[in-house]
Amino acid sequence: MAENGSNGHVNGNEDKTLLKRGLAQMLKGGVIMDVVTPEQARIAEDAGACAVMALERVPADIRVQGGVARMSDPDMIEKIMAAVSIPVMAKCRIGHFVEAQILEAIGIDYIDESEVLTPADEENHVNKHKFNVPFVCGCRNLGEALRRVAEGAAMLRTKGEAGTGDVVEAVRHARQVMRDIRKLTSMDEDELFTFAKEIQAPYALVKEVATNGHLPVVNFAAGGVATPADAALMMQLGVDGVFVGSGIFKSGDPAKRARAIVQAVTHYNDPKVLAEVSRNLGEAMVGINVTPENTIMAKRGW
Amino acid sequence: MLKIGVLAMQGDFREHALMLRQVGAEPVEVRTPEDLNQLAGIIMPGGESTAISRVAKATGLFEPLREFCTTYPAWGTCAGAILLAREIEGEAPHLGLMDIRVARNAFGRQIDSFVAPLNIKGLIGAPLEAVFIRAPIIASAGQGVDVLATLEDGRIVAARQGHLLATSFHPELTPDTRLHEYFLDMVRGARLVV
Repeated sequence: MAENGSNGHVNGNEDKTLLKRGLAQMLKGGVIMDVVTPEQARIAEDAGACAVMALERVPADIRVQGGVARMSDPDMIEKIMAAVSIPVMAKCRIGHFVEAQILEAIGIDYIDESEVLTPADEENHVNKHKFNVPFVCGCRNLGEALRRVAEGAAMLRTKGEAGTGDVVEAVRHARQVMRDIRKLTSMDEDELFTFAKEIQAPYALVKEVATNGHLPVVNFAAGGVATPADAALMMQLGVDGVFVGSGIFKSGDPAKRARAIVQAVTHYNDPKVLAEVSRNLGEAMVGINVTPENTIMAKRGW
Repeated sequence: MLKIGVLAMQGDFREHALMLRQVGAEPVEVRTPEDLNQLAGIIMPGGESTAISRVAKATGLFEPLREFCTTYPAWGTCAGAILLAREIEGEAPHLGLMDIRVARNAFGRQIDSFVAPLNIKGLIGAPLEAVFIRAPIIASAGQGVDVLATLEDGRIVAARQGHLLATSFHPELTPDTRLHEYFLDMVRGARLVV
């Protein structure tokens, strides 16, 4: 039980879960964009983003510059929070619960416990039940997704491979999650126990997914989405919405590309609209192919 | 079966569609002006009002939607209520159809979101568990507007003006279907009048 600051309402644990997962419901069918300045945040909001991710360096720059990537400066995040009326998210390192506490203290709307930053704990993720602010986490398969939900994640996203402009990993991860769910829903009840063991996920959550046929929380695509077609591809594969990181502000005409990707996510099943919004977008981000030689961020997280 | 549209630009339109099915209506996801044909009413879901409005404008749905809502029953929940309002504190209105003034994010940020039991005029039975997520309030309502629910401190969170209904919370996120039934009654009533 925790008291909420401004209005004195007390939310029980069930209500807290409903509210955390509920905000993700409101983001569905939308695009969440990485921004590094208040000006970019305003461009994103104006283009129709349903939320922004405030960070100091987009993943493409983290890749190029290297070094330890940490939570962004709270002052910089607050300036972005002040610049827009849509929800603002920010990233903490995997397992770095103090960075998460700091983000909660400044009133961030959602925390991304992200493999894009350098992990702080190679065994444990943040115990997200301890927070009133909701968390989104990355996943590559159903087991990883349900482990994060067990830790209290209120929203999921594919990991993809951030900062590459290459959608191949996001497709791999989305397909894997959907394949796992399809497999699960066709299983005999007796087989669920072993399946839970195999994918290293809590049995109760495995059973819930088997019964409902979908994840317990909203699931977005992330990592490598660079074009309206990429965004629509992920939507047709069954995700609820799309994160675009480096893809927008590393491209030739960010405002136009942002508007186009927003349209593509709403009209993902309408090739005519997709053709229209894909015209004359200028240069896409250059892109780095995902190869074993590169640092694979998606392998971070346990 | 009554066909009710659910504006499907962005937000939790699927949850509204599921609720409509539960109360015996046929939901239709609305993305283009053609989708408005043969609907008896429309629901505008929770989401981000700026995002919903931008997308609707970019594909030419905005004006046909406004036209539709001038005659057919329309219900806005949270972001949807903001779309309906004639006035929005600090920004330009969207559809501007209902004589209410709304304040966005009136309770603060996500950390201030809450669930509260709410007595709603016209609903029979126990208070409805109302889910407020970065919710707006109805700061003031015009003469012809019927206030349906207020919080303990008197702030307005549900109102009706003829064929228009606005709620600042999310009835689509809980199993309670009474408000969806209420809206269906509005739609049926409107049909009798027409």
